[in-house]
Amino acid sequence: MNMKKFRLWHALVLCKRNLIKLTRTPEQLIDVTLQPIIFLVLFLFVFGGAIAHGSRHDYLQFLLPGLIGQTIAMSSISIGQNMNADIAKGVFDRFRSLPIARSVPLVGAVLADFFRYLLLCVILVGFGYALGFRITTSPMMLLAALGISICFALAFAWVSLWVGMTVRTAGAVQGVMFLLIFPLSFGSNAFVQASTMPGWLQAFVNVNPLSHLVSAVRGLLLGGPVAVQIGWTFAWIAGLLVVFFPLALRGYIRRT
Amino acid sequence: MLGVMTELAIEATGLAKSFGETKALAGVDLAVRRGSVLAVLGPNGAGKTTAVRILATLLRADAGTARVNGFDVRTQPGKVRASIGLTGQFASVDEDLTGTQNLVMIGQLLDLSTRAARQRAAELLAWFDLTEAANKVAKNYSGGMRRRLDLAASLVGRPQVIFLDEPTTGLDPAKREDMWDVVRSLVSDGSTVLLTTQYLEEADALADEITVMDHGRVIAHDTPHGLKRVLGGQRLTVRPADPARHDDLLEVLRGISGHVPEADGRGTVTVRVDGDDVLPDVVARLRAAGIAVDEFSLHLPSLDEVFFSLTGTRTHDNDEKALV
Repeated sequence: MNMKKFRLWHALVLCKRNLIKLTRTPEQLIDVTLQPIIFLVLFLFVFGGAIAHGSRHDYLQFLLPGLIGQTIAMSSISIGQNMNADIAKGVFDRFRSLPIARSVPLVGAVLADFFRYLLLCVILVGFGYALGFRITTSPMMLLAALGISICFALAFAWVSLWVGMTVRTAGAVQGVMFLLIFPLSFGSNAFVQASTMPGWLQAFVNVNPLSHLVSAVRGLLLGGPVAVQIGWTFAWIAGLLVVFFPLALRGYIRRT
Repeated sequence: MLGVMTELAIEATGLAKSFGETKALAGVDLAVRRGSVLAVLGPNGAGKTTAVRILATLLRADAGTARVNGFDVRTQPGKVRASIGLTGQFASVDEDLTGTQNLVMIGQLLDLSTRAARQRAAELLAWFDLTEAANKVAKNYSGGMRRRLDLAASLVGRPQVIFLDEPTTGLDPAKREDMWDVVRSLVSDGSTVLLTTQYLEEADALADEITVMDHGRVIAHDTPHGLKRVLGGQRLTVRPADPARHDDLLEVLRGISGHVPEADGRGTVTVRVDGDDVLPDVVARLRAAGIAVDEFSLHLPSLDEVFFSLTGTRTHDNDEKALV
């Protein structure tokens, strides 16, 4: 087909474009700043007392790694929404008339999301710390936990991109993503131990990618065996990329 | 390099494209010599934009072949994209970026170094009189500024073939002339230009050859001179100061030009004239008849008149208006 080869440099150029756009409309950052804080406060103070037999601190220790998983999934919605609206703009005609690989605008958007997810992690851990959350391992383990979380987030973003390239309006992206994210985040071990759930649900929880991510992060921050969960998490990251990168790209090419 | 002067920069044969039931293109042939300007003239819905989008590799034709700068648009899209600049009907610049940021981004995507991209951006902004607005967000540009930035963006890579899709639609007459000057200087630098337009005036001012399209087909192809000969010269439009003298005016114009004048129902009368040498005569006769005029202009036939001359029917734009 003689398509132009993908160059990381091109994606970085478009990553910068997305970051500039982000600085023009900082309210786009609400889902990675205010939203995680609200979730943390709500879950900790509304459910905390009931769930962890009255020890709010114990529940905070359990909840925070779970919330990293859940808010990452929630924050993935915006990339699909934004891209859905963005590709209707004339500048995408310009991109497509340039000798760059077709995937460049999508990869550029995902790279820009790195900074959003980094902000999300910093805010969540920072605010959690203010409420009394403590890491019981080491700062290195914290970095590892944030690293794996962001890797997962960037892979999961392709699901949202695929939805964004498939449905007609930006509003519909949110609807579809909620359908996916609610079962994934609540049908996981993010908020309560899977052992309290009925067997059929446990079966789902145990294969849920968010459960693996949350278990890995929990282990990295609070101690305990992590190798298996990290392995599963990376397996899911690879799986998400292998399936949803081509799907999103195909949707994009069809769309434009 | 044999025959560089006659080599075709754009060559399309039998292009066809349908969108659902609608046939946008029904077998279109286009040819543009290297270093020349082809104007594709036609009303809205004639298929002009579809043809440009196919040639610029943004759309795939259902049938037919096209080569741009010697490369096949279907099998060598990357090479085609490296040869072309595209300015769409709707400015394709990023509204959230400044003028400089827009152009530097394009330069970097074209593999210029950041330094070279900045330099090229400054050069183009100066050329298009946008230096003062260079660091303003494009959202706050006027329509004309946005159009100029868009054109600048399509020139960053010094393309050999430039597509301008209705570059002056919506611009005021002064800005239109500026745009024409830009097109002329592009051609004098050796670029090949394909522009689409709804104005015979514009095609006549810029093009070496004109292709007239309607309903997805080419209905005429000629030089501006040849086309004007077919269309029967220029048009003289006169509006009497006193509407009561309308019929006297018709009589005078018929007598001088030998053609039947047309009244447009809004008080003006238009007649075909074979050259501007009749003008002194017209003025003298009007004065002799004591008919004062509010408007007196010599111009090329409108798109509507072009279509009437070529096909015997009005453009479908006017059909719609007639229905309203």
